[in-house]
Amino acid sequence: MHLTEGEKRVALEQTGNILESYSRERGNLIPILQQVQEKLGYVPLVAMEEVARHLGIPPVDVYSVATFYNQFRLIPPGKHQIKVCMGTACHMKGGNIILDCWKRRLGIDVNEVTPDREFSLERVACVGCCTMAPVTVIDEEVHGKVTPTRVDGLLFSFGVKIPKGQQKEGEAVEQQ
Amino acid sequence: MNSSSIVAETFAKLQQKSRTAWQSLRDRPLILVGTATCGRAAGALEILKVIKEELEKHGIDAQVLEVGCMGHCYAEPLVTVYKPGFPPISYGYVTEGIAGRLVQDFLGGDDPCLEFALAALETNDMVPALTDFPRGMIEKPIILDKCGLIDPEQIEHYIALGGYAAQARALTREPEWVVEEIKASGLRGRGGAGFPTGRKWETCRLAPGEKKYVICNADEGDPGAFMDRAILESNPHEVLEGLAIAAYAVGARQGYFYIRAEYPLAVERVKKAIEQARQAGLLGTNILGSGFSFDVDVFQGSGAFVCGEETALIASMEGEPGLPRHRPPFPATAGLRGRPTVINNVKTLAYVPHIIERGAQWFRETGTAGSPGTAVFALAGKVINTGLAEVPMGTTLRQLVYDVGSGIPKGKSFKAVQIGGPSGGCLPEAALDMPIDFDSLSQAGAMMGSGGMVILDEDDCMVEIARFFLDFTQKESCGKCTMCRLGTRQMLDILEAITKGQGKPGDIELLLELAEDVKAGSLCGLGKTAPNPVLSTIRYFRDEYEAHIKERRCPALMCQELIAYYILPEKCERSCDACVGSCPVEAIYTNEDRVKVIDQQKCVKCASCLEACPPQYKAVVKLSPPELVAERGRKV
Ligand SMILES: Cc1cc2nc3c(=O)[nH]c(=O)nc-3n(C[C@H](O)[C@H](O)[C@H](O)COP(=O)(O)O)c2cc1C
Ligand code: SF4
Ligand code: SF4
Ligand code: FES
Repeated sequence: MHLTEGEKRVALEQTGNILESYSRERGNLIPILQQVQEKLGYVPLVAMEEVARHLGIPPVDVYSVATFYNQFRLIPPGKHQIKVCMGTACHMKGGNIILDCWKRRLGIDVNEVTPDREFSLERVACVGCCTMAPVTVIDEEVHGKVTPTRVDGLLFSFGVKIPKGQQKEGEAVEQQ
Repeated sequence: MNSSSIVAETFAKLQQKSRTAWQSLRDRPLILVGTATCGRAAGALEILKVIKEELEKHGIDAQVLEVGCMGHCYAEPLVTVYKPGFPPISYGYVTEGIAGRLVQDFLGGDDPCLEFALAALETNDMVPALTDFPRGMIEKPIILDKCGLIDPEQIEHYIALGGYAAQARALTREPEWVVEEIKASGLRGRGGAGFPTGRKWETCRLAPGEKKYVICNADEGDPGAFMDRAILESNPHEVLEGLAIAAYAVGARQGYFYIRAEYPLAVERVKKAIEQARQAGLLGTNILGSGFSFDVDVFQGSGAFVCGEETALIASMEGEPGLPRHRPPFPATAGLRGRPTVINNVKTLAYVPHIIERGAQWFRETGTAGSPGTAVFALAGKVINTGLAEVPMGTTLRQLVYDVGSGIPKGKSFKAVQIGGPSGGCLPEAALDMPIDFDSLSQAGAMMGSGGMVILDEDDCMVEIARFFLDFTQKESCGKCTMCRLGTRQMLDILEAITKGQGKPGDIELLLELAEDVKAGSLCGLGKTAPNPVLSTIRYFRDEYEAHIKERRCPALMCQELIAYYILPEKCERSCDACVGSCPVEAIYTNEDRVKVIDQQKCVKCASCLEACPPQYKAVVKLSPPELVAERGRKV
């Protein structure tokens, strides 16, 4: 994914601000990356290079940490982040069916963003609400006991209309 | 005055102040709303809002508190009402309507709305109490005792109910006494392996070095476990006190909470707890005037399961990828930044104040000789009362599933219980009467693990669950050991083929062989235990594997590729349209006999029609193997 010059500038600026409050110890690497992600929603390459310079380590070290941990996103997320729980309880209660529904409705795969950048889709391992399985988390709000119909309903609440009788399997609904 | 009496006196003042604050809550009606993550997912924040609005509207003077999780997650949102003249009563499945009635009729009038009551919190002659139910007789809350009854964000509540007294007590004794007491209690680590906590502390205490650390492991990565989250959200001070006592015992001046990224509310509440403890003089320099100094920070994990392993956890705190290291040296002698470090699980630390307060002997009175104390389980899956339960070690699985969990929903039959997450195993019906403790579980091929317990019924496929766990461990393998990285991949490929009906004769034997190799060739617990779910399901449910391989059939009707949805023409009510509207891909059409038919080419197997078909018809069924649909079609 290509970042615009504007996005790069914002990323650098924000990263710079964050780095000011951290000493140059390697142990700060993960907290810094977390801060960057919290501010920007993701960790762009330019930010990683900046962090490497600050800590005095090769950029590849930063890159290897950012890619090792599941939490870090390397591309900007959608405006709404949809995370489908794939923990044990959710899986046994049909979590994969729910994930398929989201994929079908959004027309994207896991770890992708819709072309209009409205939605991104991720899987998470257990958010600790197993008693409400299957669970989908949208923008930090936990939705329990999700069904395929509920998926449509939730999308509807974000203004996405699912035209009846038109969509074919795997086809994006809103954004063409 | 010597330092012991300074500590005692300072703490007594703190206690007095807290008790006054706690007592003042009882002057007027008090409403507790459970707003841990489970409650929030069920809508507790809306209930909280309604209650506040209603109180305002009716001009009723009552106090409203947000509390944590009482363990009855199945009945969320949960509200508890204390009204002078009545026993404290908990209400379950609270809707906005019920919340309104509680305010108007119970607080405004004198009708306790018993039709919505779950149970009373104390015995009385009006409402059955929690302890009157079979569940209440089996449960023995030690570390969950205050969860859901106090506001986790108010340190006074915890102190008023006896909190931090153990820390104050420990500070008046020698650190060696604390270590001895924990050793004598027989406390074993609740993070999975059950290592004796006292011995770990002693090693760290005796390790040479000025600087030492203590870390609370709150990474809780097992997908299906939520005990640690619930404790941190409901009573963070208990764990913080345990950590401070550990620090005093081993001689550490700095501690950390390592909390999973997926638990934002736990992070927030722990941070608040640390701040409050600092202000109360229970953390920081010269704690309670004892001369002992200790402080705590929070480190957030970044979503890697392997970082629950202690050496990987340390690596990630040092800014490295979370790769486990060889042990020995164990962290207790060379851990974080090379210094002696004690790492304990959330629950392990939560027991510590109770043991210091009431004594090692008291702790040993509960549980079994080899595993003293209680075990906290998170019940999920196909069980009626999902939630948290704390029971003495040695309780049987049957008691847990049927008495605590109230059995299997929808009249289905029990098939297995998956214990210990990705490192654990599946135990069949025959194991239900086994008393659970660290040793009996590993003998049966499972593991205590973290305490996650997922109950499976006849609709759950055992090959699929083995595949699920292996898929998880395979993705989470850090990649350092070849066997763990590639052996699990190969096992997963075989399992995937089996669940798709492409299994071959000899696959089971190959899986068993690979399992041994992966166990032997892996450095850390992740790889060493990854094959367990496969091994235990083959051991107890081999016939299911064989049905998949030989007949291309999934007996539990779960494996997507081996089933088809089918509408029984003789049962379809013809004029009913329920399934048609429910189908997200318009796969259901009406044939010339006005019977509904599923277009198998279009069907994405989402189960919506099965749910939608009214229970009096039950016309939608699953068939396995899918070829049965064509066969039926010919017969008609
Ligand atoms: C792959 C793996 C994951 C682990 N995850 C956790 C965890 O989430 N929480 C935990 O307390 N211990 C976990 N452990 C166990 C820790 O390594 C360590 O034994 C434990 O935190 C020690 O605490 P205890 O003595 O109180 O049990 C894990 C171990 C392995 C091998
Ligand atoms: S056993 Fe697996 S997770 Fe553990 S160190 Fe080896 S490769 Fe990494
Ligand atoms: S299983 Fe789902 S996709 Fe298939 S026919 Fe039923 S509702 Fe439609
Ligand atoms: S498995 Fe989905 S919340 Fe735990």
